[in-house]
Amino acid sequence: MDLLLEGFQQALTPTNLLFACLGVILGTAVGVLPGIGPAMALALLLPVTYSVGPDSAIIMFAGVYYGGMYGGSTTSILLNTPGESSSVVTAIEGNKMAKKGRAAQALATAAIGSFVAGTIGTVLLWILTPRVSDLVVKLGAPSYFALMLLAFIAVTTALGSSKLRGFIALFLGLAIGLVGTQTGQARLTFGEAKLADGIDIVVVAVAIFAVGEALWVAAHLRRKPLEIIPVGQPWMGREDWKRSWKPWLRGTAFGFPFGALPAGGAEVPTFLSYLTEKKLSKHPEEFGKGAIEGVAGPEAANNASAAGTLLPLLTLGLPTTATAAIMLSALTSYGIQPGPLLLDNEPGLVWALLASLIIANALLLVINLPLAPLWAKLLRIPRPQLYAGILFFACLGAYSVNFQAFDLVLLLSFGVLGFAMRRFGVPVLPLIVGVILGPKMEAQLTEALAISSGDVSTLWSEPVAVVVYVVIAILLAAVAVNGLRRPAAPEPIGPEVEDEKELVER
Amino acid sequence: MSTTTSTPPEAGARPLIDRAQYGLAAFLVLTGGYVLYDASGLEEGFADQPVQPYAVSYVVGAILVLLGVLLGIATARGDLPESDEGEDIDLTQGTDVRTVALLAAVLVANIALINVLGWAITGALLFVGATQALGSRTLVRDVCVGVALSVGSWYAFYVGLGVPIPAGILDGVL
Repeated sequence: MDLLLEGFQQALTPTNLLFACLGVILGTAVGVLPGIGPAMALALLLPVTYSVGPDSAIIMFAGVYYGGMYGGSTTSILLNTPGESSSVVTAIEGNKMAKKGRAAQALATAAIGSFVAGTIGTVLLWILTPRVSDLVVKLGAPSYFALMLLAFIAVTTALGSSKLRGFIALFLGLAIGLVGTQTGQARLTFGEAKLADGIDIVVVAVAIFAVGEALWVAAHLRRKPLEIIPVGQPWMGREDWKRSWKPWLRGTAFGFPFGALPAGGAEVPTFLSYLTEKKLSKHPEEFGKGAIEGVAGPEAANNASAAGTLLPLLTLGLPTTATAAIMLSALTSYGIQPGPLLLDNEPGLVWALLASLIIANALLLVINLPLAPLWAKLLRIPRPQLYAGILFFACLGAYSVNFQAFDLVLLLSFGVLGFAMRRFGVPVLPLIVGVILGPKMEAQLTEALAISSGDVSTLWSEPVAVVVYVVIAILLAAVAVNGLRRPAAPEPIGPEVEDEKELVER
Repeated sequence: MSTTTSTPPEAGARPLIDRAQYGLAAFLVLTGGYVLYDASGLEEGFADQPVQPYAVSYVVGAILVLLGVLLGIATARGDLPESDEGEDIDLTQGTDVRTVALLAAVLVANIALINVLGWAITGALLFVGATQALGSRTLVRDVCVGVALSVGSWYAFYVGLGVPIPAGILDGVL
């Protein structure tokens, strides 16, 4: 409790408050702006970490993360084209409500629901982070190795419809992570001295998220303007409140645990929340035509899962979303080792972050409710300037790492890779997680085997590691069974290939 | 689910094959192959290195080759990718190669010129070039915005963040 109060003291210093404000405003803006999500925004902001203190930077990043979740709902309600996978469900009912002239109520229930869920999620973080930290601090390298393996498998198999493409992304990321001389010998450096320190994660992240996206949009730019529904001041009547508060709480209950799982993400809990609300609603006939419960529940689930994501990030150093992966690399760039010792080594930083989340949440409610019409104007920004601006900041970010044109060459190359990944439906998250966690995983393996002097059985010598391997086996078995069960498959070659069949038949 | 192919597959017709995907499969096999080749050139690690420097390389390389082959098979069996969608993306029209090539050219020009001219100039060129490539019709405004952005960001990094971006030929002017 004392630590939390200290955290508030640190989070409320004028500098950090300023960065929190900056973060939530930027986050809302990028959430609303088409084409930019919180992960890309954070990637573009990584250069800021060179000169700002770690507490300010991480507070700002958390603000961007939460803000992006708020802003995303505005876009999906007013445009009906969700920018992020987490707000797909919101668009279903939210846009119908807007078309019925209830945009104000949809935005209000989304914003207040996000606030409720974010607050509960943050309080859960306060309670759980120290306890989970105490538990995991006892884990050794073998358990860590197993957990990272789980993170890889989970990120790859839980998301997206094509497991084959998930694995392609993961192993491309692992290959990128190999570059450098961490092991004492030059791996994959092509004899280039500039690659000796490995490829900077800033360059990879900015290239894949920003350059790849800009090129991809350029190839398919919508030439006719989208229909944007005009909106006034968000507000809710008595009936709306009555119909919203339960979905908010249920959505939170779905969102937080899913966010905290290694397989996390917001897609599954938002969808589950939607289905639940549809089932429990007293107005099932309104679903599909603009039911407020269908906005309230998923939006709360969305924000609660964002809070949940921070639990494995802060206690284990495992990122479960792209945004969390970038936050992790920001921490690493300060020389801070995320992981079980984070809370012991950097209690000030962690508690300042946890305190600032509540502040960010309150700020977001304030800037979102009255200013919604203003944010909606951002949707009209001309696209050529928007994407030119993204490319501009991407180049600036990559160049400012070392002031070398060589980094810009890497930026363009990985940008083309990012373009190809979007073209071929290869997910981005496994690649980023692979780049970040790959070298760490090799280090854990080395440490485990060094302690056991080469005895491989050490890898399953810890109970947690054994449990994790069982979970991995279950996950893989589920994927395989899912693949084999498909009826119209003539000659099963393997689970991956069968999965591909589904894509075609849909 | 929409795909990038222009005509939807008809019932009973031969499954559509996305030939470009063979390119991705080949890229994976080549990348994996190079990772394997690179691993074969690595020497034994030190005595205190239980995990040989080439161990992870061999695993990653081999699996990349395998994934490439699997993707090739999947493609031949009619697998179609599910391209990314978004607010500004209209997958109903084909790939606009010209715009992408122009943008890539702008980025390459930036790489070629940045050491000579410095960010304050190439940044503006980059912005203006990109807006034009993307079909902007407000050249004068774009130039103004571009110059403001590049010079502004140079000063913001130099003064605000303490990151001295090389000034190029404007050294001493800025």
